[in-house]
Parts: sequence; structure tokens; C-alpha cells
Amino acid sequence: MSDYVLSVAVFVGIWVTLALSLNILTGFAGQVSLGHAAFFGIGAYTSAILTANYGQSFWTGFALAILITGMTGAVLGLPSLRVRHDFLVLVTMGVNFVVVALFKYVDFFGGAMGIVNIPAPSLFGHTFRGGAPYLILVWVYALATLGVSWYLSKTWTGMAFNTVRLDEDAAAAVGVSVPRFKIYAFAISAALAGGAGSLYAHFIGSVFPDTFVFLESIAILSMVIFGGVGTLRGPIVGAIILKAAPEMLRFVQDYRFTLYGALLVLMMLFQPMGLLGDDSWLWTKLQRLFRKGS
Amino acid sequence: MLEVQQLNVAYGHIQALFDVSLSVNEQEAVAVLGANGAGKSTLIKSIMGWVQPASGDIRFEGESILHLQPWERVRRGLALTPEGGRVFPDLSVEDNLRLGGYLQPEEAIREDMATVFELFPVLEERRKQIAKTLSGGERQMLAIGRALMARPKLLLIDEVSMGLMPILVKRVFSVFSELRRRGVSILLVEQNAFESLKVVDRAYVLENGRIVLSGTTEELQADPRVRAAYLGG
Ligand SMILES: Nc1ncnc2c1ncn2[C@@H]1O[C@H](COP(=O)(O)OP(=O)(O)OP(=O)(O)O)[C@@H](O)[C@H]1O
Ligand SMILES: [Mg+2]
Repeated sequence: MSDYVLSVAVFVGIWVTLALSLNILTGFAGQVSLGHAAFFGIGAYTSAILTANYGQSFWTGFALAILITGMTGAVLGLPSLRVRHDFLVLVTMGVNFVVVALFKYVDFFGGAMGIVNIPAPSLFGHTFRGGAPYLILVWVYALATLGVSWYLSKTWTGMAFNTVRLDEDAAAAVGVSVPRFKIYAFAISAALAGGAGSLYAHFIGSVFPDTFVFLESIAILSMVIFGGVGTLRGPIVGAIILKAAPEMLRFVQDYRFTLYGALLVLMMLFQPMGLLGDDSWLWTKLQRLFRKGS
Repeated sequence: MLEVQQLNVAYGHIQALFDVSLSVNEQEAVAVLGANGAGKSTLIKSIMGWVQPASGDIRFEGESILHLQPWERVRRGLALTPEGGRVFPDLSVEDNLRLGGYLQPEEAIREDMATVFELFPVLEERRKQIAKTLSGGERQMLAIGRALMARPKLLLIDEVSMGLMPILVKRVFSVFSELRRRGVSILLVEQNAFESLKVVDRAYVLENGRIVLSGTTEELQADPRVRAAYLGG
């Protein structure tokens, strides 16, 4: 595998993780967030600062990135207890801008210069920046995120998320503590995105505020919605297509945010359940084909 | 068991309940009768905690529950069958029922689900069906079943007869009698005075947000105003 293909595959794995983690918050618990890139960034900066500035190992940085971003997510989820739907969208967007501004203007976060010289991970005395081991690491983490999503969808927690998404008042009236599950959703979703941030930081070797801007949040949300929000297959396929296409087609790269925006609008108009959502055109066709074939 | 005291509820400038006081005793079934817009649902929502009253108190088993969130009230032993068969539309019949037993152990859920299927066999036939595709009547049954799954001490029921054919109304009300025998108290708000009065011990009449009349079933059935307004003369 060439370095180029390898690095595309690493990026796709990281964005699959981001899409799946946002899907837990938005697809499962129904809390639409336009600030997911902030959690991605908090994870990346946590890991970068701990390793580059405080001499910690990658593994410590990675673990703390998950932990600290999860805790931040729980705190930043607090507004969701007070505002609903449309306002939450605005609040999460605002959070994204504030977080990026902090990265940019607070010296501790390296300012506009970001954090550089982030060390590569090592395992059993063997250091690996890119290459197959890193690719495996990224995809193992993506699979773990998928595992968490799958597990949630099978448990009472997942069921409680469903009720919060479908009808908050009715959820409360069957005994679901709505605020608690909103905070859980924010924390879990953020924690998983934080891990993705750490993997990103140690792959690139440097982090800059501009990577984690509001537009990136839109991109991640587009992947979730394009693929099929609330399903497991949807965000994966959405992220693979929408991340790989711009990486491989130069001319798409320049217009990628235009592409994400346009897709978001088109999907909302014609296939709000996404490409592979439960009642979508393609998924229905695929199921029929599969049934005929078997 | 339940005491509503001097309850005033307003939506913005519009006041919906005025000094409403009523009580439900242990193992009692009580009806609140009233026309459209009388404030029946507002009363139920206040008891459940969906709506915050402007003044007054709601006490359950001797303690004020006003400061409790809806889910905490469920823990205390309240359950609700909401107006219009409001269930979780995108979930299956079975999942809706399981959610009713959200706070119950797995074993109780299994037992109670069997009981609910016994009461409403049609729900068992349709256990995998998505709730939004149920008929209005089936949805009402599901809403009742879901509330039963919570093993409530007091069941709040908002107009369950609406949209049900007469035979099913009878059926549902007979379920209420059965529940009472098992020790569940019931507060039901209804327009259907005729059927309600058959199964309750006492009733209140709510008009324009005020309790205008109360008494035992016999007293109300004999009252000329009730006969004229709710029992068709
Ligand atoms: N959310 C709300 N905002 C403003 N006014 C409301 C709201 N909910 C109810 N009301 C008003 O409060 C009054 C009582 O309404 P409520 O729903 O309690 O009546 P009801 O007795 O349940 O009627 P129905 O038999 O039609 O269900 C009505 O005048 C209604 O318009
Ligand atoms: Mg009503």
C-alpha cells in the first residue's frame, strides 16, 4: 500500500469514528449538534499538550483525551437541559466557535501556531508514525466505537435515548430521567470523538485551531445524515464516501464544504432518512435484492 | 392517597384551572367529568408534572410532590395514560410496553406483559408492529397497557374512551374495575360520564376550570344538572 492510500485510509477511519460518535448523540438521543468538531479538537489538543509539552506517552495522552473530552462533553451538554431542538443547534454552534477561539488566543494552547512536534506512539519499544500499525490502531478504535454504538442500541440506555429523541415528555412519564440521559449521550459522544482527535494529532504530528472549526462540524453532520442518521451502517458509509472522495479527487477537495452543504440540503429535501436509512430508496432496493438472492 | 389543594394553573395569561381541590383515597376510583376545554388534561398534566401550577399543592401519600420531576413521580407510584393514545410512535408495541416497565425488574416486565396481553389480546398479535401504524383504538389500549407495566399505585387516565368503539370502551372500563380489585387507585378524566360513572366511586364535575359539583356516583347520577349536561337527560 502506498503512503498516500494509507493516509487516506487513516483519515477515513478517523472520520468514520467521528460520524459514529456524533450519531450516538444525534441519531440515538436526538440532540442535533453543530459543534462536534469542538470535541474532536479538545481530544486532539489534550493529547498533543500532554505528550509534546508534558512528556507523557501517547497512550496516556490518548486515554486522557477520551476522559477529559468526555467530561467536557458532559459539561457542554448542560445547555441541552434548558433548551430544545433549534436552540440547541445554535448553542452547540456557539460552543464550537468559543472552543476554537480559546485554541487560537490562549497561549497555553499554542495560539495560531498550534502545537507541533507531537510524538508518535510506541508499543513494545517500537515507534510508529504512519504505516500499517497506525492504520490498524485507527480502525480498531473505529470498530470499538461501532461496538459501543451497537451495544448501546441493545441496552436500556439505548432505549432511553430513543424515548428522549421521540418524545421527551412521554419519556419522563415512563420514568426516564431525561437530563441524565442527555448528559450521558453528550459525554459518550464527546469521549469517542476525543479519542479520534488524539489519533489525528499523533498521525499528523501537529494541531492547529483551524482544523476544528464549525465547518468541520457541518462536514461530520453531513456524513451522518448522508449515510442515514440513527443507523449503524449509515454514518460509516457516509463518512467513507464523503471523506474518501475529496481526498482522492483534487477538484472536489477545493469545494468540499460546498459539496457537504449541498448534500445536506438535497438529502433533507429528498431523502431525509439518508442513503441507507431504514426507509430510504437505496436501502429498500438493497434489501429486496438480497431477499431475492437468498 | 392523592390530594390536590387549591390548584391554579395558567398558560401565559390564560388561566385553565381555578382553585381546584380534589382527592383520591386508597383503592378508590374517581372520575373528573368535563366538556372540551374544561381543563381536564391540564389537571392530569399538573399531577404528572408536565405542567407547573401557579399556586396550590399536590400531595401524594401525605407528601407534596410539586418539587418532583415527572420521572420521580413515576418512582413514587404514579403512572399516566396520556390523551390521544400518545405512545412512542416509532417503537414496536413490545418496546412500548417494556418502556412502561422501565423502572421494573426484568421479571416483573415479563409477568406484566403477559397480563397486558391477556387483557388486550390484539396487542399480542401485533407485538412487533410499529406503534404509529396501529389503529387509534389499539393505540389507546397500548397506552393503557404501558401505564400498567409501571405497577402504579395511582393510575392517571386522560380520556381513554375517545376514539374507541362502545364495546371496547366497556372492555377498557372493566379493566379498570379489575385493577381496583388489585388495589390500584384510579383517577380518570372523561367526557363519557355514562360509562365512567359505572366504574368509579366518586366523581367531580369540572366546568371552565372550576369544580362545580362533586359527590358519590349515585348522587351524581341523580343530579338533574349532570343528567342534563352529561347523561343525555
Ligand atoms: N399549552 C397550552 N397553551 C395555552 N393554552 C392551553 C394549553 N393547553 C391547554 N390550554 C387551554 O387550557 C384550557 C384547558 O385545556 P385542557 O386541554 O386542559 O382541556 P380538556 O378539558 O382536556 O379538553 P378536551 O376534552 O378537549 O381534551 C383550554 O382553554 C385550552 O385552550
Ligand atoms: Mg384533554
